[in-house]
Amino acid sequence: MDRLVEQIPRFFTATNMMMLAEAAYMTLAMTIVGCLIGFGLAFVLVYLRQTPGLWALPLRIVCVTYVEFFRRIPFLVIVYLVLFFIQALTPDASLFTIAVIAICLYSVAYTADIIRGGLESVPHTQVEAARTMNMSRFRTLIMVVLPQAWPVIIPPAIAFAVSFIKDTALVSQIGVFELTFRGKELNNQGYSGVLVFGTIALCYFILSFPLTLLGQHLEKRLATPRGQRSARKIRRT
Amino acid sequence: MPHLAVNGVRAKYGAHEVLRGISLSIEKGEIAALIGPSGSGKSTVLRALVGLTPITAGQVEIAGETIDYRNANAVRAARDRMAIVFQQFNLFQNMTVMKNVTLAPVKIKRRPKAEVEAEARRLLDLVGLGDKHASYPDQLSGGQQQRVAIARALALQPQILLLDEVTSALDPELVTEVLDTIRRLAREGMTMIIVSHEMAFVREVANKVVFMDRGEIIETGAPKEMFDNPKTDRARDFFGKILRH
Repeated sequence: MDRLVEQIPRFFTATNMMMLAEAAYMTLAMTIVGCLIGFGLAFVLVYLRQTPGLWALPLRIVCVTYVEFFRRIPFLVIVYLVLFFIQALTPDASLFTIAVIAICLYSVAYTADIIRGGLESVPHTQVEAARTMNMSRFRTLIMVVLPQAWPVIIPPAIAFAVSFIKDTALVSQIGVFELTFRGKELNNQGYSGVLVFGTIALCYFILSFPLTLLGQHLEKRLATPRGQRSARKIRRT
Repeated sequence: MPHLAVNGVRAKYGAHEVLRGISLSIEKGEIAALIGPSGSGKSTVLRALVGLTPITAGQVEIAGETIDYRNANAVRAARDRMAIVFQQFNLFQNMTVMKNVTLAPVKIKRRPKAEVEAEARRLLDLVGLGDKHASYPDQLSGGQQQRVAIARALALQPQILLLDEVTSALDPELVTEVLDTIRRLAREGMTMIIVSHEMAFVREVANKVVFMDRGEIIETGAPKEMFDNPKTDRARDFFGKILRH
């Protein structure tokens, strides 16, 4: 305990804090970039998965298999798989890129099910009405289904991204300079583990808590059709 | 040449055959009413005509042109000629009344927006909702929503209008406003197929009554002879049951 107290002034130096801030930025950046790309790709996946007709059966099987497979393997295993696969292709790919790709692969599988659930929450009769007006499947999705599905999709998608901020700690294993990696480094430099990882824990909290609040705020806003409308008005102005 | 000719049409939900060889023909400007017990396949006839329920056998001709429902382009052509109004209105909840009415004519039929909006205002006036164009569906009563749905169908400029139990989901006091709208269309000479449980209304506006039971047409006739003097036992039985209420 004495050692810990004695270390505090030495630990909270500008250099160390700058390093932790950069690491926190790294953690946040790869989560946001990875989850955003993953979210976009998940839409494509769900759209392909819902392609009707016998000819599209192999396509649907591929989509379902992807989701079921990647949801059932540990994230760390995906990280190693991507690392070795990408390094075999291009040896000078950055670790950040590799981490983002791993996060993408994983978040596609999770958010695809969130998106599918949201789309399926819109009554099928809305789709039928659009169909009888000769609206294409894509146009029906964009103009009719999605605007009504957002309130169901957004809250759990944000919750997923927020909780995933923590899980990105696993990419420290391949040496990305994110929070947990820097924590281990400082710990190896002789700083007390309690002090270092206590600070790291606080950093994760500071990163994710505001996002949780944002998620709750959006959830309340989107909960009612009237709320959706006011949201629309705000966007218009 | 009939405006719409249906010949031996069959349809299935899974293994259950819901339409077992339906044949009927409707002249231009004629109003045909499909009546019968629930589960008799009345609504399925309309759903099959707009390609929502696949047809397994038989043919449909619109103005002499055979529609092949296995061909996506032909189904689109059929939907260009027929518009359907649903029991549950199915207005797009995320759009204003005006957007609901103008969406397909502008985006799908690619007609000029100003022209379609002027037409939409005229149609909303026709259904008595000229002042509601900026409202959202959830701000309207069921009867108002159903009248918007009728305006939306008319904006597609169909040759034939299909009405699927359009008053069944409404409170009794709201039924009249919707029926008045349909009466007005009838006077304008719109060809219509109506699925309805409003027998007094059917008797008043229909030129032809088609009685269905278990996926088949049992009897067809003019409203007066059909209601007063049904020829088949099943029709007699049905009228006996509903008139006792």
